[in-house]
Amino acid sequence: MWDTICSRASWPPSADSESRGIGLASTRPELSVSDAEIITRIYSGDEGAMALLYDRYSSVVYAVALRVLSDGSAAEDILQDVFIQLWRNPQAFNASRGSLAAWLVVIARNRAIDQLRKRRPEVEAAEIVISVDPELESTAERKLAIEKVRTVLAGMSAEQRAALEMAFFEGLTHVEIAGKTGQPLGTVKTRIRSGLLAVRKAFAV
Amino acid sequence: MSAHEQFADNLALYALGSLEGSERAALQAHLAECAACRRELQKLCGDMGLLGLATMGPAPPAGARARLLSALAKEPRGGMVRKQPARWSLLMPATAAIVLAMISIVLWRQNNTLRRDLAQQLKQSGENQVEVKRAREVLALLSAPDAVRVTLVATNAKPQPQGKAIYRPQTGSLVFLASNFATLPPQKAYELWLLPTSGAAPIPVGVFKPDSRGSASVLMPSLPKDLQAKAFAITIEPETGSTSPTMPIILAGEA
Repeated sequence: MWDTICSRASWPPSADSESRGIGLASTRPELSVSDAEIITRIYSGDEGAMALLYDRYSSVVYAVALRVLSDGSAAEDILQDVFIQLWRNPQAFNASRGSLAAWLVVIARNRAIDQLRKRRPEVEAAEIVISVDPELESTAERKLAIEKVRTVLAGMSAEQRAALEMAFFEGLTHVEIAGKTGQPLGTVKTRIRSGLLAVRKAFAV
Repeated sequence: MSAHEQFADNLALYALGSLEGSERAALQAHLAECAACRRELQKLCGDMGLLGLATMGPAPPAGARARLLSALAKEPRGGMVRKQPARWSLLMPATAAIVLAMISIVLWRQNNTLRRDLAQQLKQSGENQVEVKRAREVLALLSAPDAVRVTLVATNAKPQPQGKAIYRPQTGSLVFLASNFATLPPQKAYELWLLPTSGAAPIPVGVFKPDSRGSASVLMPSLPKDLQAKAFAITIEPETGSTSPTMPIILAGEA
């Protein structure tokens, strides 16, 4: 079922789909600028820094929002909202709180789920604290991380991928997932947690 | 079954926003008291980030970039102007908030070195508690309004305004202590600036007003990580802060 997450591209992904779908920007010279420098420039009100940030991460932010909402226009609204919120309040992201890439992904996912579920945001962006072991700033680091995650997903049982997908991309509660799949509540809970832990384990030293 | 094991599965659901009702309330109560589970929650959010990173789909529409930049152009330049008071107001009133920030940083740093071995974690946890306790004591002292602040100067010399900035670029951590500062007119305040080695524009660190004895502090403002400082400087600005320093520079010091 997880394959449906990647349904807008081939599986395994082709080189073309890589460049379109996962925020792997081209070899633009701007990519030599670190995330920390970009954030610093945003603090100073530098719109050019936002353009750099967009070129680097818009694809993955948009991809997550589109996967959740299945609506290009709504996904672009999420994309704009995430970037404008960072522009208005760069303090919301504190570099000591983890990778900018992972933070943007989680913020975009949460906003898209809130919209999908038609609920008020439960957690403000500034409250999201992320701890990620792998470095994700460079294109090569992100590409390596993505390959590892895909390997983990490919190795999961169909039932576990389904549970993880419904929780992550549909925002379903474990009760709803259990009702939908006919699986016991405890099994659903464990599958979701162990799925996330399997992703983490792939990056354990 | 330990409390951590009891909440383990629910933590993942909570990170995903999929936990509701009494289970959610019980977990939130536990999180308020359990640093280990708060750290685990941060890791689960990181796992979510990695999971989402692997999502594939078409690139954003061709006009999306231009639409975003156009929208940005209509926004007030630099969110920092509005955020300065918020930053200051967060730091000023509650020592507890500052201590919590320190605790988070300490735990985050320790988090990178913790082994999964339980005995090691227990040992590390004990060390964390000692470090957190010390951090709490230091911050309580720094922010205590009744603490005696004495600036030692050469005999017969008149005390001069002084500022001491302690800055760690790797974590973006900063403590600034001011003494012997003159009282300013209403609507005015001192503002501390960080001058990056990159030559980029000065970055506002914090706005402060000295107390009746000329003392003030700026503790753990929100700064980017790995920002190398060439120097620090202080200017007089409107009490809401400025986007760029207003000359003259009152005090300055090279890092």
